Amino acid sequence: MATDTHETVASACLDSHGGAIGMPQLCGEWIPHQIFWLLVALAATFFVMSRIALPRIAAVLAERSGTITNDLAAAEELKSKAAEAEAAYDKALVDARAQAQQIVAEAKAEIQAELDVELAKADAQIAEKAAESETAIAEIRDGAVKSVTEVAKATAKELVAAMGGTADAKTITAAVSARMKG
Amino acid sequence: MATETEAASEGGLVFHPLDQFIPTSLFGNGAVHWYTPSNLTLWLAILVLAVVGVFVLGSRGRGIVPSRMQSVGELMYGFVYKMIEDVTGKDAVKYFPYIMTLFVFVLFANYLALLPMSYSPTSMIAITAVLGFGVFIAITVLGFVKHGAAFLGLFWMKDAPGFLRPIIAIIEVISYFVRPVSLSIRLAGNITAGHVVIKVFAGFAALTLASPAAILGIVAIYGLEILVAGIQAYVFTILTCVYLKDALHPAH
Repeated sequence: MATDTHETVASACLDSHGGAIGMPQLCGEWIPHQIFWLLVALAATFFVMSRIALPRIAAVLAERSGTITNDLAAAEELKSKAAEAEAAYDKALVDARAQAQQIVAEAKAEIQAELDVELAKADAQIAEKAAESETAIAEIRDGAVKSVTEVAKATAKELVAAMGGTADAKTITAAVSARMKG
Repeated sequence: MATETEAASEGGLVFHPLDQFIPTSLFGNGAVHWYTPSNLTLWLAILVLAVVGVFVLGSRGRGIVPSRMQSVGELMYGFVYKMIEDVTGKDAVKYFPYIMTLFVFVLFANYLALLPMSYSPTSMIAITAVLGFGVFIAITVLGFVKHGAAFLGLFWMKDAPGFLRPIIAIIEVISYFVRPVSLSIRLAGNITAGHVVIKVFAGFAALTLASPAAILGIVAIYGLEILVAGIQAYVFTILTCVYLKDALHPAH
């Protein structure tokens, strides 16, 4: 302590060794000293707090709460935007699906129509060819029948001639015709 | 310590627990006049510098995300601000700088006094009396300025039975005038007692046999004093808030 040495400080509250007589706090001699420096220190503290520290801390706190509020609002906005985007995405997805189904249906219908046309064409061709073939066959058959008739007539004439008769053309034709129908 | 010769004659036990409260001149050994820079001046200056350090240097970054010192300052700010709002009411917020100054002054004085070799301003009854009576006078003046004679309604219980009202009024007046005394004596008494007890234990540490117990005792009392330092600052502030509430809203 500062009172280590045996100096004698002139004071009513100190003994010859510099020790306290009674409580130093109650020594009237020092009370003006304490009050004076207390007022100085209090004034300094009050000045520092009220002029510099407290306004600054208040500003920082206000700024912080403002920032937090703003950030929360921004987050809320972004959230609603995200929800909107999701809705738009879902809608687009549904639309795309519907469109795809439509395209598929259209393509199917088109293909079906083309197929029908082609089938009809093919049927017609087949029918035509069949008819052609039938006429050709009929012609061939007619030709064959005619040839056979002629051959039969000629043969019959020759046979009649060979047998020594005179062949009446009319009779022979009638006979052959009757046989051919046979 | 103080007197080696006495120590020898008294067999090693020396108790000067009150010497720590003697103000000594910083420069030279002269008497301590009211203007003399003393160890009290030194520790009050350290107090102001500590306040500047925590509240001004600590918050110079003005960070949205606070630095460590800044969050300490903000914590005390929020603590006192909320205390005023809760105890006194929202209309008392304009007295916040005064109450905050009181709180910070008492808190820093109490904690700085726990440093070894330090000097304890809040153990001076003159200093705590200035604080206590300052609060008392300011609040009383404020009450009369705000409410005029209606402020005296504070002492007149309208809810009490008629014949009890004068008696209660006397008790209320006495308790009102005891407030600054209890404020200042509570603070100075707590801090003085803690420091004296630590010194007494330190005196016992001179005895070899008793020294382990004495040092343990110092540690324990020191821990207690750390609590007391904070609690006394808190109590001083919250009582100021309570008294201020009476001045702003005298009706019970």
